[in-house]
Amino acid sequence: MKPGWWIKPAVFTASLIPLCAVIWSVVNGTAGPNPIEAIEKQTGEWSLRFVLLSLAMTPMAQLFKSIWPIKLRRMVGLFAFFYVVVHLLAYVVLDQSMNLTYIFEDILKRPFITAGFVAFLIMVPLTVTSNKYMMNKLGKRWKVLHRTAYLVGVAGVLHYVWLAKGDQLEPLVYLAVLLVLLGYRMTGLIKGR
Amino acid sequence: MRKRTIYSAKIRETEVTDKAVFRQRRSFIKQAAALGLTGSIAGGVSQAQAGTPLQGPIIKSPYSIDEEQTLKETATTYNNFYELGLNKGDPAKNQNWLKTEPWTVQVDGECSKPGTFNLEDILKPHAIEERIYRHRCVEAWSMVVPWNGFALGDLLKRFEPNGNAKYVAFTTLYDPDRLEGQRSRVLEWPYVEGLRIDEAMHPLAMIATGMYGEEIPAQNGAPMRLIVPWKYGFKGIKSIVKITFTEEQPPTSWNLSAPHEYGFFSNVNPQVNHPRWSQARERKLTGEAAGGLSALFTAKVDTLMFNGYADEVGSLYSDMDLAKYF
Ligand code: HEM
Repeated sequence: MKPGWWIKPAVFTASLIPLCAVIWSVVNGTAGPNPIEAIEKQTGEWSLRFVLLSLAMTPMAQLFKSIWPIKLRRMVGLFAFFYVVVHLLAYVVLDQSMNLTYIFEDILKRPFITAGFVAFLIMVPLTVTSNKYMMNKLGKRWKVLHRTAYLVGVAGVLHYVWLAKGDQLEPLVYLAVLLVLLGYRMTGLIKGR
Repeated sequence: MRKRTIYSAKIRETEVTDKAVFRQRRSFIKQAAALGLTGSIAGGVSQAQAGTPLQGPIIKSPYSIDEEQTLKETATTYNNFYELGLNKGDPAKNQNWLKTEPWTVQVDGECSKPGTFNLEDILKPHAIEERIYRHRCVEAWSMVVPWNGFALGDLLKRFEPNGNAKYVAFTTLYDPDRLEGQRSRVLEWPYVEGLRIDEAMHPLAMIATGMYGEEIPAQNGAPMRLIVPWKYGFKGIKSIVKITFTEEQPPTSWNLSAPHEYGFFSNVNPQVNHPRWSQARERKLTGEAAGGLSALFTAKVDTLMFNGYADEVGSLYSDMDLAKYF
């Protein structure tokens, strides 16, 4: 077997642990008396973590001089989308009971929902074009398209900053990570990497 | 529409309680089973229900609403009391940060009988009632809680507020050595709240010293807190150590922190949305969550004007633009 054959399945399995933890916390009651809110928060945070992690893959490959982060990048990005789909489903089905009037009102009127929705919309084409076939087909344009992943990060962090009541520390930590990643990317672009 | 619970409703209330206790037990059994602890269920139940029962008779109040009560376990483990931690579950875990003995309440400002009183002397003259109120949080969730306590106005009158007393201000204990939450900068400490004097004298406004027939636990605002059922929950200041009668409108904590989001009045109003989320509907937390999945599929309900107390308190605000004075 090729060396490192186990890395992908290991990362895949590890990425499913948060989902299991969320389900388990709801079933055994530790999610608390407002399980819908708990599901939304957990899946939202994990989605944002995967978004930021996927953005960190290229810098990590450069820093550690390893090919592995690049090989894992797509999977991490797809998990970001996976968790946001669960997040969105929780919102649409559980939180809003599939009432489209309330949902559209939220998307149009609540800046934090608008930002989350924008982030989601950008993620759709990124997910659809994440395979080898689309990569070859789009050629150079693929790279440009996938730079919009940074916009997902920006909109996702805004979404979090705007919804937090009182304690802004956690969303600001995500903002700081995003700024570091953006800063790294910018200096890279300037240097022509 | 909201129905009043009058004396004859006693039987139904007992049923409600029994059902609540039953459900609570059931959820405990499930949890215990999940942990493989079925052998010691009885112990688990008594431990989790351990609270100090209130002494003396409890008068059932005609102000109670007739709705399914939230489980005690829910109402005492899902709290916003930043002094005891920022997450909803923190205050219950950090109960021991709040030291309630000895407890004194300082009363000053525009009144003839100011002074510093021991908790006992504050509470002694008042008969304890049970008032089942809906508690509507500004975060768009609500609970139905049987509070124990008495009318705020009955307490305030004892200090003989004078003609200049247009408002009454309240202050929470400031003790950053023990209340670790007060070392964070989420809000300015100590927490302060206030009411217009006519609001404070309204018979629905109450001081709670207990809930579910037991002494009020730390996380819910021991040893005495304010309950103003037609306003958002954060107006109900906890662990009160100071009451001041003022001529000017007093500062209030959330208003200081974000004036465009939280007004002085903060009356429950489904037509005036929080700038960042809707106030038109609310999620009722009953407490079946622990082990039961029905909480996942229960839709939100419409929020009522003044939290359902429009007939009683509407006249307090008849000539006010509630979108401006939110
Ligand atoms: C598709 C549109 C989206 C909708 C309708 C939506 C809706 C929501 C709602 C209602 C909450 C509040 C939960 C609560 O505090 O009660 C929330 C929280 C959150 N969402 Fe979203 N969201 C969307 C997209 C996203 C995306 C794309 C991300 C990340 C990239 C994200 C990350 C988060 C985070 C981090 C939180 C906060 C979790 C916390 O408070 O700990 N959301 N979302």
